[in-house]
Amino acid sequence: MRVVILGVGNILLTDEGVGVYAVTELAARYDLPGEVEIIDGGTSGMDCLDQVSGADHLLIADAMRSGRVPGTITRLAGDQIPAFFKTKISPHQVGISDMLATLNFHGLMPKNIVLIGVEPKSFATAMELSPDIAARLPEVVATLVAELTALGIPPRPKAA
Amino acid sequence: MSKRITIDPITRIEGHLRVDVEVDGGKVTKAWSSGQMWRGVELILLGRDPRDAWAITQRICGVCTTVHAITSVRAVENALNLEIPVNAQFIRNMIISAHAIHDHIVHFYHLSALDWVDVVSALKADPIKTAALAESLSDWPLNGKAVMTQTLDKLKSFVGSGQLGPFTNGYWGHPAMKLSPEVNLLAVTHYLQALEAQRHANKIVTILGSKSPHIQNVAVGGVSNPIATDSQSVLSVERLLALKPHMDALGEFIRKVYLVDIAAIGAFYAEWTKYGAGVTNYLSAPDFPMDSKGTQFLTPGGYIPNGDIGKYKPITAFGDAYLRDGVEEGVKHAWYNYSKPGPLHPYKGETTPNYTDFQDDGKYSWLKAPTFYGERAQVGPLANVLCGVAAGHQPTITYATQVLDTASSLLGSKIPLAALHSTIGRHAARAVRCGVMQDVLQQNWQALIDNIGKGDIATFNKPTFPKGEIMGFGFHEAPRGLLSHWTVIRDGKIANYQCVVPSTWNAGPRDDNDKIGPYEASLLDNPIADAEQPLEVLRTIHSFDPCLACAVHVVEDNKEVVQVKAL
Repeated sequence: MRVVILGVGNILLTDEGVGVYAVTELAARYDLPGEVEIIDGGTSGMDCLDQVSGADHLLIADAMRSGRVPGTITRLAGDQIPAFFKTKISPHQVGISDMLATLNFHGLMPKNIVLIGVEPKSFATAMELSPDIAARLPEVVATLVAELTALGIPPRPKAA
Repeated sequence: MSKRITIDPITRIEGHLRVDVEVDGGKVTKAWSSGQMWRGVELILLGRDPRDAWAITQRICGVCTTVHAITSVRAVENALNLEIPVNAQFIRNMIISAHAIHDHIVHFYHLSALDWVDVVSALKADPIKTAALAESLSDWPLNGKAVMTQTLDKLKSFVGSGQLGPFTNGYWGHPAMKLSPEVNLLAVTHYLQALEAQRHANKIVTILGSKSPHIQNVAVGGVSNPIATDSQSVLSVERLLALKPHMDALGEFIRKVYLVDIAAIGAFYAEWTKYGAGVTNYLSAPDFPMDSKGTQFLTPGGYIPNGDIGKYKPITAFGDAYLRDGVEEGVKHAWYNYSKPGPLHPYKGETTPNYTDFQDDGKYSWLKAPTFYGERAQVGPLANVLCGVAAGHQPTITYATQVLDTASSLLGSKIPLAALHSTIGRHAARAVRCGVMQDVLQQNWQALIDNIGKGDIATFNKPTFPKGEIMGFGFHEAPRGLLSHWTVIRDGKIANYQCVVPSTWNAGPRDDNDKIGPYEASLLDNPIADAEQPLEVLRTIHSFDPCLACAVHVVEDNKEVVQVKAL
């Protein structure tokens, strides 16, 4: 079994980078089983293609704007993930959804995909999370840990 | 009566490019290009250690991470007047040439081929005729009828399942689609094979840069890859040898597939050599330094005014005064205020936002308008290829001749070099540059191995920062064209930092003299067959490989259009 945890977002824009902060924190606080690979995807799409290609489970952490209270954690799975949604105007957008669409066409789609989305509060230009979202980060990490545990591969907290 | 079309966003990851055109009598009569997202990264850098700038600037764009890292260390090294070991040059050169190859292949096949290729039409193709056509053009081993039949079957089952995946929103059946079903099937086959090809390039970047998508091995003063001949944990000769098959596979794909495909598509869309020239002042940088100082380059660069290659003037070294003194940025039509009137040199650049809403005759973009000695200039592979031809650079001339000759023989009439000043010409030039890049990659690999063989394993010269103020700029001929970073350092801390990115040159708004920029100029007179589906606008804009260095992507729940707006 191969599990990829992909954190995406722009760490120069406060909470836009929450997905990257979450996977970085996860790697810092836990010893992860050998079959788990963590990727700091930043704002890349196609550049992550090879690492995601053919994974059994793909866990994505990202900011998600859905009009809820900032810090709200939302879990999307399978068809709920707007992987195949695109604007009508351009078939050429290479975000994560496009990477997934390309993998799908090539038959290299991860078998299971879960997206952990965090409602952002601020997109100000700064290299740290807003205080509200920073306070929620442990819970975001705990959500990722729960996902791994559900897969039967619980990560172990690192010795303090 | 004229009709206004607004396309927003024209891309998503690069995100926030909005294009407005007025269409009258079936063609574009007026155009505006607008960056819709404020890029305030320069402000984040103020007061920081210049040795950290590269790691931060590689976060400003999701597509061109590596290029900002390289340009940033070059800027700081220029300020320090710091030479770096040649091994570090070779390793950096290999990373940036492999990255360029990756970028060009992905841009053409995965991002813009669908502007020209009708996937649904490919369903009607005869795979035997497709293979015959393909084999007449190239001895690529994966052009046979078994491969074409396999693609057709895959496409049929995909369409049959109701999923078009990456092709969902293509302009199938649009009147501007001109390829035969067989050429469409051939293109889809190569689209699939391109995925494998780009992997080889990505692998090279990952091996040398330690990580992808954000490389880890760059440092002010060189690279952090220790070289050894006998250790697993560092860059060993064994690991270098492991790169060779990836380089060879890339070279074969570029020569036998990419360069041939671009010639074929160019021949079938020969009318697109008439559209999209736009601004024909071209600016490009020399790159791939082979000495410690940055005076000997593998690819030339310089300035060509009015498309006249006889008037080419070269840029010759890192720190080149001709480039340094020519660049300014104006904000008359951009959402910023300067503390005094007129354009500013990047060393004096200011980043003070002043958002006004979209004003056709006023401010309408977050991009500034750069000029070179007061003139607008187009940057990108086309600029680079034209400078290469002007400078007599043999690899550029060889690949350009291959593309033009193949296209001419398919068309049955001679296509001149001047045809490159066009929408389709920008695609052709990108393929030509990709050919040159794989030569550059091989040359640097060989140079590195030879130099290690001589016993030189140095990769880093330690920088020291003086008290007081110093300034410097770094340039790089990135996949989208000339990229430059400009920095002022005071007492070892960043006092000013400005990135003048390729898409600012090309996508910038009207300048202080109200002159339109390259995107805007290239759209004028483009034919528009159907104003509801302005495929032609996308063709021309996509030919620049659009990218605004400010990627944001937030998932929006339950919405079809993913769009993030500043403010």
